[in-house]
Amino acid sequence: MPRPGFVLDVDRSTPPTLFWRGEGFSLERLPADRSRIIYPPEPLAGLDNLDGHIRDALLNPLDMEPLPELLTPGMKLTICFDDASLSLPKMQRPDNRQRIVEAVLDMAAEAGVDDVHIIAALGLHRRMHEYELRHVLGDRVVDAFLPKGFLYQHDAEDPDNLAVIGHTDEGEVLEINKRAAESDLVVYANVNQVAMDGGWKSLTTGLASYRCLSEHHNPASLQNTRSLMDRHHSALHQSIWRMGKLLRDSGPKIFQVETTINTEAFPSPFEFLAKREWEWTAKDRGLFLASSKSLNKLPNRTKRKIFHNIEAPYRTTSVQAGFTETVHERTLENVYRQHLVEVDGQTDILTMGIPFISPYNPESIMNPILVMCMGLGYLFNMYRGKPLVKEGGVVIMTHPTYEEFHPVHHPSYIDFFDEVLADTTDPAEMSTKWEKKYAEDDWYRHLYRTSYAYHGVHPFYAWYWGAHGQQHAGRVVIVGGHAPAVRRLGFTPASTMNDALEIASDTVGRSPTISHLHVPGVLVADVK
Amino acid sequence: MAGRTSRQYIRRGQRPGGARRSVHVAQRAAGTVEGAVRRAARPLARYGFPYRKPTTPRHVDVEREPSRLGGAYDTEWARRPVARAVRGMIIEGPMRLAVRTVASPKVSGLDRLTDLLRVDEPTPVIFAPNHHSHIDTGVMIRSIPAVWRRELVVAAAADYFFDAHWKAAMSALALNAIPIDRDATSRATFDRLRDAIADGSSLIIYPEGGRSPDGWGQDFKGGAAYLSTRTGAPIVPVHIDGTGEIFGKGATRLSPGRTTVLFGTPLTAADGENTRRFNERIEAAVTRLGDETLTDWWTASRNAAADRNPKLSGPEHNGWRRQWQLGEKRRLSTAGIRRRRSRRWPDLG
Repeated sequence: MPRPGFVLDVDRSTPPTLFWRGEGFSLERLPADRSRIIYPPEPLAGLDNLDGHIRDALLNPLDMEPLPELLTPGMKLTICFDDASLSLPKMQRPDNRQRIVEAVLDMAAEAGVDDVHIIAALGLHRRMHEYELRHVLGDRVVDAFLPKGFLYQHDAEDPDNLAVIGHTDEGEVLEINKRAAESDLVVYANVNQVAMDGGWKSLTTGLASYRCLSEHHNPASLQNTRSLMDRHHSALHQSIWRMGKLLRDSGPKIFQVETTINTEAFPSPFEFLAKREWEWTAKDRGLFLASSKSLNKLPNRTKRKIFHNIEAPYRTTSVQAGFTETVHERTLENVYRQHLVEVDGQTDILTMGIPFISPYNPESIMNPILVMCMGLGYLFNMYRGKPLVKEGGVVIMTHPTYEEFHPVHHPSYIDFFDEVLADTTDPAEMSTKWEKKYAEDDWYRHLYRTSYAYHGVHPFYAWYWGAHGQQHAGRVVIVGGHAPAVRRLGFTPASTMNDALEIASDTVGRSPTISHLHVPGVLVADVK
Repeated sequence: MAGRTSRQYIRRGQRPGGARRSVHVAQRAAGTVEGAVRRAARPLARYGFPYRKPTTPRHVDVEREPSRLGGAYDTEWARRPVARAVRGMIIEGPMRLAVRTVASPKVSGLDRLTDLLRVDEPTPVIFAPNHHSHIDTGVMIRSIPAVWRRELVVAAAADYFFDAHWKAAMSALALNAIPIDRDATSRATFDRLRDAIADGSSLIIYPEGGRSPDGWGQDFKGGAAYLSTRTGAPIVPVHIDGTGEIFGKGATRLSPGRTTVLFGTPLTAADGENTRRFNERIEAAVTRLGDETLTDWWTASRNAAADRNPKLSGPEHNGWRRQWQLGEKRRLSTAGIRRRRSRRWPDLG
């Protein structure tokens, strides 16, 4: 029986706590008697015979007819799936999406469906490399569909392959992939790692155009998103759900398949990362010392190679299929079952270690903008109710924040860092002043469509993701960060955790209370 | 000087392929050793008894000892620690080298076995491949994931592999083979295989009962399905392609080439499903894998749904048309294609 998450009050006997520092980690001692560490629940047990569960979900869907009844010869079937931004790190093969797609195709073959397209729903993310497609969908599907051109990736900048479904009550335009819009049935294969994913968001962002995405990916929506992990209090999700309603009424029939995974993210020899420090055995301590010392000596490129090669032994905790809204409600229950930890009240400071990966740098570099996005966007938003830190409090992150960018994956991030952030760090201001220029830049558009680059506007979205955190926190300190890069982000650099706490005392006084978010794994603090 | 230039010079990279050449050298060496042994033993023929076995008087009844060969051969010794250690060395050494050199298998479909592997102690399984060649067993042993390879027994024809002591000993030691009667269903054979599975061993059994006589497959016999229903061990259908071209039935020389080994989704008998129906399902699964090897997964899936997968046993008609279509099948297959011969300079006269 896995143990639930819990909140540890730090005292003098508490051992130093693990912090991620990009492609490395450190142990930090937090002040006794006024600090607390929030530990995530242990990974839930996975389902045995997952293929059987998937088949069962397809045959007994929620609020929809069984999938075989929806499949008829001569129909247009489109299967969409989440891109490489899920899961993090990538899950060991076979990926859940492969299992789902194969199960759906098996049924389609039995029903005699010939017209099948498989589309990677990547929105404005970069194209997936073929090896990533093979990892996600497996060799069988890729070998059968890719050479014939029936497996491809959504292009949000191809006007010939986009179709407007309509406008919501609030006037938001819903424009999605034309093939999906004209299909008799769209099946969506999803892996749900956090509560933010899934539901209508899968289709209305994954297959949307820039015009459609900008309706909710903007500073106003994201500053009113409280939080990304709580759909009912998120302006972003409310806009998406309005679009979902429109899609339900005027779009193609959608059969959503969602799976939830546990938090077993690290295989041997990194298992100690998920353990509670006082339970580390001699072997764990040895592994920590050996890995952290050797990582410190390695160049960044090698460290990234090591970490991005990790394949997570995630186990699947639930599968549900059918009508998107019903399915997603069931998914959320299962996600929260894994992630929720009850926490009492807010503190003056929130500390967090920033890992080597975010949803926008699989197989890539965690550049400074993504550090901000991961810290203030994702980890800050890991709450339900109230943020872990009081309004005007201090957020302390640990990350080297090196000024490195992946020139192929993140070309517009480089200019964003040099041009936009040099001018302003205010999301609203950069939105009005700069966003259009980047979004409509022909060169970025060309790279997005033909290379492996994120869309030109993507660094803005990454920045907006942290807009709520940025607005809420009085100050943000990055421990161990490259000072010029940290200052460019509008944050304060500090050499050590003690220095950071000293700097924070200017804002929150000499004896602030502190919460530390212990990652990995993933948790959502249910703040009362 | 003239002599030197008239000699045809072949650069190192363009000489006949290394692997193929080493097989020829090994074959020649084996022939030389065999001849030497025969020559050395020849003088003994002149001596006779007592140097040789006595002949038996025609009218004397000598009580014959019951045969310890064939189905009665006891292979228990081959599962003792020393024999296991020796087998481990054979599999990881010479067998690995030989399989790689001769067959270079491309293994796929192992992801279908993930669920069976994601437990602390993987359950024994029954691998049921099609059968074209003696080298199938070596290819299978090298292709099966290590967790099962460690405890693997092979059902081998009692009348072929266990008809002489040396053959029986070699089969038991190198392959962990257990004799199986092909003609009659023997209780003893079944008990032996059942006990092996109960002890945690996985099994390779060829449901066709023997190698293909003409390049096409044969109908599946029910042994594998019966064992699975009685022991509960899942059947893993496997399709091997290309071994028939390398060393098919009746071949006298090895022709190294490429092979593919495709593992299928594990099958268990459904509630109330009898052995015959289950056997048909296993055959259909291997047939579908055969189609998948030649085309792709989606085409094979659609063909399977429409019951259009090309049969392993080939067309119904006999004679040259059967052979003709085999050629068509080989053209589609990537397996069995000989390694690309090294290019030679054209003869410009």
